[in-house]
Amino acid sequence: MRRIISVLMENTPGALSRVVGLFSQRGYNIETLTVAPTEDESLSRLTVTTHGDDHVIEQITKNLNKLIDVVKLVDLTEGAHIERELMMIKVKATGAQRAEIKRCVDIFRGQIVDVSSTIYTIQLVGTSDKLDAFSQAVGDAAILEVVRSGVSGIARGEKVLSI
Amino acid sequence: MKPASTVCAVREELVQLIVNINLMIFDVFASNVLLPFLVLRRTQVEMLSGGDMLLRALQDEGVELIFGYPGGAALHIYDAIYRQDKVEHILVRHEQAATHAADGYARATGKVGTVLVTSGPGATNAITGIATAFMDSIPMVVISGQVPSDKIGQDAFQETDMIGVSRPIVKHSFQVRHASEIPDTVKKAYYIAGSGRPGPVVIDIPKDIVNPADTFEYSYPDTIKMRSYTPASRGHSGQIKKAVQMLLDAKRPVIYSGGGVIQGNSSELLVELTHKLNFPITSTLMGLGAYPASDKQFLGMLGMHGTFEANTAMHHSDVILAIGARFDDRVTNTIEKFCPTAKIIHIDIDPASISKTVTADVPIVGAVDLVLTEMLAVLKEANSSPDESAIGEWWQQIDEWRERHGIYTQSRYKTDGDKIMPQDVIKVLHEVTGGDAYVSSDVGQHQMFAAQYYGFDKPRRWINSGGLGTMGFGLPAAMGAQYADRDAVSVCVTGEGSIQMCIQELSTCLQYNLPIKIICLNNQALGMVRQWQTMFYEGRYASSLYEDSLPDFVKLAEAYGHVGIRVTKPEELKAKMEECFALKDRVVFMDVMVDQSEHVFPMHVAPNGSMRDMLLSKTERT
Repeated sequence: MRRIISVLMENTPGALSRVVGLFSQRGYNIETLTVAPTEDESLSRLTVTTHGDDHVIEQITKNLNKLIDVVKLVDLTEGAHIERELMMIKVKATGAQRAEIKRCVDIFRGQIVDVSSTIYTIQLVGTSDKLDAFSQAVGDAAILEVVRSGVSGIARGEKVLSI
Repeated sequence: MKPASTVCAVREELVQLIVNINLMIFDVFASNVLLPFLVLRRTQVEMLSGGDMLLRALQDEGVELIFGYPGGAALHIYDAIYRQDKVEHILVRHEQAATHAADGYARATGKVGTVLVTSGPGATNAITGIATAFMDSIPMVVISGQVPSDKIGQDAFQETDMIGVSRPIVKHSFQVRHASEIPDTVKKAYYIAGSGRPGPVVIDIPKDIVNPADTFEYSYPDTIKMRSYTPASRGHSGQIKKAVQMLLDAKRPVIYSGGGVIQGNSSELLVELTHKLNFPITSTLMGLGAYPASDKQFLGMLGMHGTFEANTAMHHSDVILAIGARFDDRVTNTIEKFCPTAKIIHIDIDPASISKTVTADVPIVGAVDLVLTEMLAVLKEANSSPDESAIGEWWQQIDEWRERHGIYTQSRYKTDGDKIMPQDVIKVLHEVTGGDAYVSSDVGQHQMFAAQYYGFDKPRRWINSGGLGTMGFGLPAAMGAQYADRDAVSVCVTGEGSIQMCIQELSTCLQYNLPIKIICLNNQALGMVRQWQTMFYEGRYASSLYEDSLPDFVKLAEAYGHVGIRVTKPEELKAKMEECFALKDRVVFMDVMVDQSEHVFPMHVAPNGSMRDMLLSKTERT
């Protein structure tokens, strides 16, 4: 099952490598990984999406908690949550294609953020599924380059991950 | 209501006024009276270089011993060692030995062991010892020199990314960025290493940080708090009650105790609980000594080379109380077939150890001493005891197993040959040392024989590399154990294979007058490898034989300034052993020529065997 684990950790050198190292060392897979400092500069927030059954996920969270640099963590997929991923995608846009792609971008509520005579660079935010769907809609033939940020997530409602 | 609140407001105003007046008075007082004193105080603050600061911090932490080896990047630190006399430094002959010696010291004393090595090869040589300590949860702080900060990343001479190389095998690590961080870093390192589930911590210190020319204010923190690290303490009371009820209802219970009981200094509590319940108890390799082997409720070690009665009792049990043990693959055999009828209560300080391989029915995360104390209290309160007749029947069954195949009810190996049997060497060792020595071991057949036949009655006496299985561990670990008590007997049980992996430490023993007794079970082969090749590779002894190239260990011991004794006949074993231990102030290397063809039994059937599937000898199996 796909899980989104959100980790609050010390913003110190080496903290990220410990988290990443743990995954490879114990044979867990990382699908996406995002990390950046929070409003409190001494803390970083890391979001990792991974696959595994309940047993594996339990071990992942336990072992993450064991890392000295990890302050707190939550498995967002256990409750209602919002997840978003940012994609920037460069596509061929010539002739009749140009209008077609523009329409597609509008349907997916994306923005064209850079234009040249033959190319559109599109920015799109949403769940990973939505980004996949857009790529499919545009078609492999038109895609020149894709960059995705990896998933970030936050719990719905009153729940807050902070110290 | 109104008048009351007015009164309140007036009172608040008054308080504020008094505070303000006080502050004014304080200001005057401070500028006239306190200020010169404060200035004076400031000049009295100690200014130390990073190197001196490190040594002062170690002293303030109560460190008595460092095992280490100097080198370029660590020379400022070594100079600081030279200029003080509170912390003793033991110069080993290889950094691996420094870590094993600190490890042996930590296992024997319960204190945190300390290691100092230089950068590059010094640091990488320490890795095997760090991994050994990590696998067995041994508290240790390893300080490694590093190239100067401005050289890091430039492939400088003797540069290794120690933080990176050691990352998967440490509990935590620090690289010091400024000398002023040293006191806090040392405090944190010792706190992390010694608390919770203990483990090794690395402090990497670039050379410029400990430069004697740069001095900074020194003060050592009394306590340290880390928001991201709060080791487990008390267990969950509800779970403990549930566990106690399960124990009271048990008909075929077994207590399965591990190294955590020793780490948690809980032997007495374990004995009290076991006696109170009258349950059979078995121990992992790491847990030997936590419960006295001579006690009738003790079934011996369990696992791959565990006793028939311990493994069989585990398999047929209905409740297993696991305490500070981690259901290691050398214990469980095939996980899917592990103890099919048992409900499992698992006490461990590390939540990640619980339900890692075997799912626990009642998990209890907590420090073992606190959990056992609470269990005993709940048991007392419950004012009831386990079903006496069911437990009686269970004991009858276990005694029958003991009689049938137990290795303590009679010798299960041949005793009439003209060759010395390795098991007999350990039995005689026990006899001559009164069962009261610190016994370290290396890894292989001799380790299993020592575990099976020495009969440890006290915790912290059995010192071996259980998790990583590190050959070369024994001799340096025996040195560390000797420092736990300079008057005690420290023995290293080894083989002619293992001893050659750290034999250079014979020189360290001479320098520091450490009268270790080395009992080498010399079968002229890598015994455990040979045993497997006999059993599973049709006797194709690939790279496990070297009879024609073994050194003369007696002469070797003599060359290092020690005593060497060779034993070849069974009838001279006892006398030679006595001769060895009579030489109280000398290192004695006993080269005991044992039967090469002897195997360690019982032995789990693998693959696909359960706990009760064992080979009992070369011809019998369960």
